Amino acid sequence: MTLFIYDHTFDGILSCIFYAYEHKTFPDAILSDADQRPLFIDEWHHIETDEKKSQRVWTALERKLSKSAQNMVLLVWLSELPETEMLLFGYFRKIIDNQHGFEMNFGDSDVLRVKEIAWKVNGEAEKIRQFVRFQKTKDGIFFAPISAQYNVLALVAPHFRSRYPDQPWIIYDTARNFGLYYDTHSLQEVTFSLQDLKSFKSRKLENEKLSETEIYYQDLWKEYFETIAIKERFNPKLQRQHMPKRFWKYLTEMQ
Amino acid sequence: MHTVNEKTLEKLKILAGAAKYDVSCASSGTTRGNSRSQLGTTSGWGICHSFTSDGRCVSLLKILLTNHCIYDCAYCANRRSNDVKRTAFTADELAQLTIEFYRRNYVEGLFLSSGVMRNPDYTMEQMLRVVKTLREVYRFNGYIHMKSIPGASRELVVKAGMYADRMSVNLEIPSEANLKLLAPEKDFESVFAPMRYIQQGMLESAEDRKKFRHAPSFVPAGQSTQMIIGATNDTDKQILTLASALYKRPSFKRVYYSGYIPVNTNDSRLPVLATPPLVRENRLYQADWLMRFYDFKADEIVDDTHPDLDLDVDPKLGWALRHPEFFPVDVNEAPYEIILRVPGIGVKSAKLIVASRKFGRLSSSQLKKMGVVMKRAQYFIVCRELSMQTVNELTPQYVRRKVTQKQTKAAADLLQYSIDWGE
Repeated sequence: MTLFIYDHTFDGILSCIFYAYEHKTFPDAILSDADQRPLFIDEWHHIETDEKKSQRVWTALERKLSKSAQNMVLLVWLSELPETEMLLFGYFRKIIDNQHGFEMNFGDSDVLRVKEIAWKVNGEAEKIRQFVRFQKTKDGIFFAPISAQYNVLALVAPHFRSRYPDQPWIIYDTARNFGLYYDTHSLQEVTFSLQDLKSFKSRKLENEKLSETEIYYQDLWKEYFETIAIKERFNPKLQRQHMPKRFWKYLTEMQ
Repeated sequence: MHTVNEKTLEKLKILAGAAKYDVSCASSGTTRGNSRSQLGTTSGWGICHSFTSDGRCVSLLKILLTNHCIYDCAYCANRRSNDVKRTAFTADELAQLTIEFYRRNYVEGLFLSSGVMRNPDYTMEQMLRVVKTLREVYRFNGYIHMKSIPGASRELVVKAGMYADRMSVNLEIPSEANLKLLAPEKDFESVFAPMRYIQQGMLESAEDRKKFRHAPSFVPAGQSTQMIIGATNDTDKQILTLASALYKRPSFKRVYYSGYIPVNTNDSRLPVLATPPLVRENRLYQADWLMRFYDFKADEIVDDTHPDLDLDVDPKLGWALRHPEFFPVDVNEAPYEIILRVPGIGVKSAKLIVASRKFGRLSSSQLKKMGVVMKRAQYFIVCRELSMQTVNELTPQYVRRKVTQKQTKAAADLLQYSIDWGE
């Protein structure tokens, strides 16, 4: 078994491609330093991430991939799924070794899988755009905790930024312990202490942290939500299908 | 400026409760970015922000300005002969409520409807005050869906269209005779007239924008309507023929079908139904989908021998079983439009098939991975290996039996199409 060790960056994967073609050796697994090593390793290579090399690989890929396929590759990277490294490695090889247009060969399992994962990650970003619930705090910041299945915060930030240009907000991914803070001018990454994080995980901010009218608007929204359900059409299964339970803990109306 | 107060909660209860039977909640059909001076954007496909316990999408704050009404329509909870508590929002109160909901990401905007106070024009004027406040005082750039009140004048409809993203007038009853029976104060003309005003407004605005790029856009997300299903004896053929005629108008984006729910139990003109006709409603949405995205004609889906949709099989499968001579379709050769006709193959998988087959003949396992529902498709296609047992060898009766057996469970918890997507 041939193993590549890399630094768990996107440039790192591209450097793996460069190394593989340069040395005519192709890995059976690509792992980062932190991952547990499998048994029975015949040889392993430590791949240095080299931006010049990764740039050369990306330029070659750009020539053969449409904009939308390039975007899909990025989405697959953000999925953080365990299969990501080997899937992207295999996909890049096929793109490099085949004629332009191979990205449309969905009969190929790697090509199809890249599309599938990209759909899923896009779907998760859409769910976040749907289910973010801001709570207005005393200092006027609109705060929303989320727990995303994939690392989609960067994908959804532009949507909220253009939607609320005059409104400072923080969307915080409690699953990855980092958030984005928009101060009405620019975006920056923020990380809270573990203690604070614990209190966000319990869904709602304590009342003393909220703006005076916040609870009132939450109550109005809950009342609205209850009122508009039609009891003759009761269908909780359909509700869960559209709004999976894992989102409920941060949904004001489901408290 | 806090016009929202303790009374707002009770008003909200009454006026949201009275608006809930309107099915449409779409925030789709227009994409609009933002400038820094405004609040809000709209996104082309629409966004559902929540789902109620009946599984319906909540995209807009759907609410009546008032439930006072001068009309006495048999099917409506707000008819004047009903003894219910009446109330009304002020323009600023409703605008502020919309903004506060919007800032918390609860909704995409406002869906404003109303009972008819004094007369249609007076009502439209009051509604206009709300949307004007939203757009001009609060600089709201999000989605606004506004009902046009039947009987309102052209001037007011045109004015409203300058503020709204979408406008709608509900047909409610699919035939004029039945409409007159149930809503004696209305006729088709009172519904079709505002539809025409909206359409004319849109066409004129499109013309203007050819000349002046910044001419204001008029109802950029088009118009929609709703028909109540099962309150009258109108057939699916009547309903779908009417819908198909509406879709021929360039301004028409959506027709909604709303299974009748008895809100007034003491009216002999209306049927007594134990449960709303949800399966039929679902079949109508499927048929509607076929007309809009699969290039089916209304008369292919229903005709004089089959005036109502088959409740046991979906309309696409129903058509396929009536037309075995059309099959089998060779997915490796047939053009896209033909592949779309195969039961079990949707738009997504049809596109994947057409893109991929030039790299080699596709097999059934590849089709399955692409999302083709082989349980249904297998009787209607040829691919690399499958071909022996098509609907022609097995007979439509046999295939129907096979497929409905498998579908019984699915039919039991029939799902409403997630109707706000894919316009």
